[in-house]
Amino acid sequence: MHTLTIHNLSAQIGVQKILHEVSLTVKSGEIHIIMGQNGSGKSTLATTIMGRQDSTVTGGQATLDGSDLLALAPHQRAHAGLFLGFQYPMALPGVTVSQFMRLALRALCTARGLEFKSTEFNAELQNAVSALGLDQSFTQRGLNDGFSGGEKKRMEVLQLMMLKPHFAILDEIDSGLDIDGLKCIANALNELVRTQKTGVVLITHYPALLKTITPHFVHIMSSGRVVATGGEELARNIAEHGYAQFTTI
Amino acid sequence: MPNSPQSKPTTFSPSAGYAAGFAMPERAHAKSPKGLTREVIESLSAYKQEPAWMLTARLNAFEIFKQKPLPAWGGDLSKIDFNDLYYYVRPDERVQQNWDDVPADIKETFDRLGVPEAEKQFLSGSGAQYDSEAVYHNIQKHLTDKGIIFLDTDSALKKYPELFKEYFVTVVPPADNKFSALNSAVWSGGSFLYIPKGVRVDLPLQAYFRINTERMGQFERTLIIADEGSYAHYTEGCTAPAYTTNSLHSAVVEIVVRRGARVRYTTIQNWSKNVYNLVTKRAHVYADGLMEWVDGNLGSALTMKYPSAVLLESGARGTVLSLAMAGDGQHQDSGGKIIHVAPHTSSMIISKSISYGGGRASYRGLVKVTPKAEHARCFVSCDALILDTASRADTYPTMDIRARDCDISHEASVSKIGEEQLFYLQSRGLDEANARSLIVNGFLEPIVKELPMEYAVELNRLIQLEMQGAVG
Repeated sequence: MHTLTIHNLSAQIGVQKILHEVSLTVKSGEIHIIMGQNGSGKSTLATTIMGRQDSTVTGGQATLDGSDLLALAPHQRAHAGLFLGFQYPMALPGVTVSQFMRLALRALCTARGLEFKSTEFNAELQNAVSALGLDQSFTQRGLNDGFSGGEKKRMEVLQLMMLKPHFAILDEIDSGLDIDGLKCIANALNELVRTQKTGVVLITHYPALLKTITPHFVHIMSSGRVVATGGEELARNIAEHGYAQFTTI
Repeated sequence: MPNSPQSKPTTFSPSAGYAAGFAMPERAHAKSPKGLTREVIESLSAYKQEPAWMLTARLNAFEIFKQKPLPAWGGDLSKIDFNDLYYYVRPDERVQQNWDDVPADIKETFDRLGVPEAEKQFLSGSGAQYDSEAVYHNIQKHLTDKGIIFLDTDSALKKYPELFKEYFVTVVPPADNKFSALNSAVWSGGSFLYIPKGVRVDLPLQAYFRINTERMGQFERTLIIADEGSYAHYTEGCTAPAYTTNSLHSAVVEIVVRRGARVRYTTIQNWSKNVYNLVTKRAHVYADGLMEWVDGNLGSALTMKYPSAVLLESGARGTVLSLAMAGDGQHQDSGGKIIHVAPHTSSMIISKSISYGGGRASYRGLVKVTPKAEHARCFVSCDALILDTASRADTYPTMDIRARDCDISHEASVSKIGEEQLFYLQSRGLDEANARSLIVNGFLEPIVKELPMEYAVELNRLIQLEMQGAVG
């Protein structure tokens, strides 16, 4: 059992204060959904936890199993078991999906003092590619290079499946996907939670994902604060009545 | 140690000067005086026992050299002091460089690249010849059975004077530029390769396999003649830094690609960062022939090099793949030149440069289509990647199109490694140095995949080393 704890986290980008004392506790096997309007601070919360340079923490803590994440560089946070699925994944022309996954997994194994097993890697990659409904030739393409929106999202989930972090924060993994894509990704996530006990934080502003994924907790963000926390019913409430009820101003 | 000089041929060792240990003053009497004079050239030619016509050619070239101004474009050449250079050192009087005198950073790079001990010493100029008699003999037999001539250029002049004279200075005349004139006056060493009609050599030929010759010389002269329908791949250089105390490397490479023949010429230069690398490389390509230049420039203080192909007959093709890395104190001014002389000729120039740590990379290219070269096709693409704000990239493309019905296209891009791209890779567990080198590797991939495997592997490791340095 692992625990990701965000406690009273405040952060700013440049001189603009974005996050105000955000708290959130995620345990292994839990699915949390963070909802909120554009500009409510959801993405900044995700990138701040992962350690993006442009975000400066001005107060609070972020720990994984008690160890201080904020003291670590982004790659060390990844080694500690954190994963961030990007809303807009970056392309890496000239480096294939297969090469990239191999390098990332090697780095992870080295950091954790584990042996990297090439044959197991190949088999796992094949399985993950199939599970996401992709052709095996996908692994020989440049990472996110010329990928469609849907392929990019699948690529994020493919990495998640391969890297097996303790916690995954997925920023709008559902945007730009058709129904089939959405189902496919939801199935993969449910499977990860069931088998790997991954703790998942889904950032979204569309409730559609809730048809296929059942969250344990739903949090509403507004103006850089968590303004409400509840169960699945909170998301339904949003779907029917919108965010206005939570707008603090 | 594979360098015991057993019963080597009695010919002198060419490309003298390169590996010589000029740093040892007590042996100063063993070499010709600094600076270039008629006397230096005469004694050089006499020592080599050259035919009279070669001495005359050298002296004529020397006159041209004296008259020609330095190029007013490209890099800064003002610091070259032609009077402060050695132009020839007799091979039997060469002094071994002391391994202890090789700069620490070069030794360290050797170690980190895992270069074998014997090769290290050779590359640093401190060891004896690095070669393997067994490998050499096998390859030589394999080649001579097919009628291939593969010799150092000095030996070729002796053994095949007629063939030599027929082609020498026909592709790159002395008057082409100041440095081709200089080379024509003082050349020593280099490779001579003749492939007979219809013969294909699948093994990449390296100067490495040639006994008694350094892999790279200071004023080397290389002449390759690919007769009709033949194929050869010639490679030179290596990714480990080649250390020399001499600061000017000025080579000339002339290639003749006959009807239907194909020549690929791959260079990776990693001269130490005190060297001016000013090289003229050109090929004449006849009907349906193909000349492919793969040119990687990693080392030197300043490189000015634009491998070129003159497409003389219908169906001739020429390609240049150029890769440049410019770090601290370096200026890589490189690219390619294609001259379309005949109709239905085609060409491609692809250039990728990386500048980092205050380095400067310039792409300089010329595509010229003469009025007769109708239906010429040409594609040029040059991409620059700049790794930090202290570094610089420029593009100087020249297109001179004078024929009708041509298909000419040019693409250029300049990019930087974005914070978001780095963060993405870091979030997957790669540290910053690895993330940067991965981006660089990906950027160079279209060219690296064309390199022989061992070059590609070494190059990737080298990039990794440089990136670690760049991040600090």
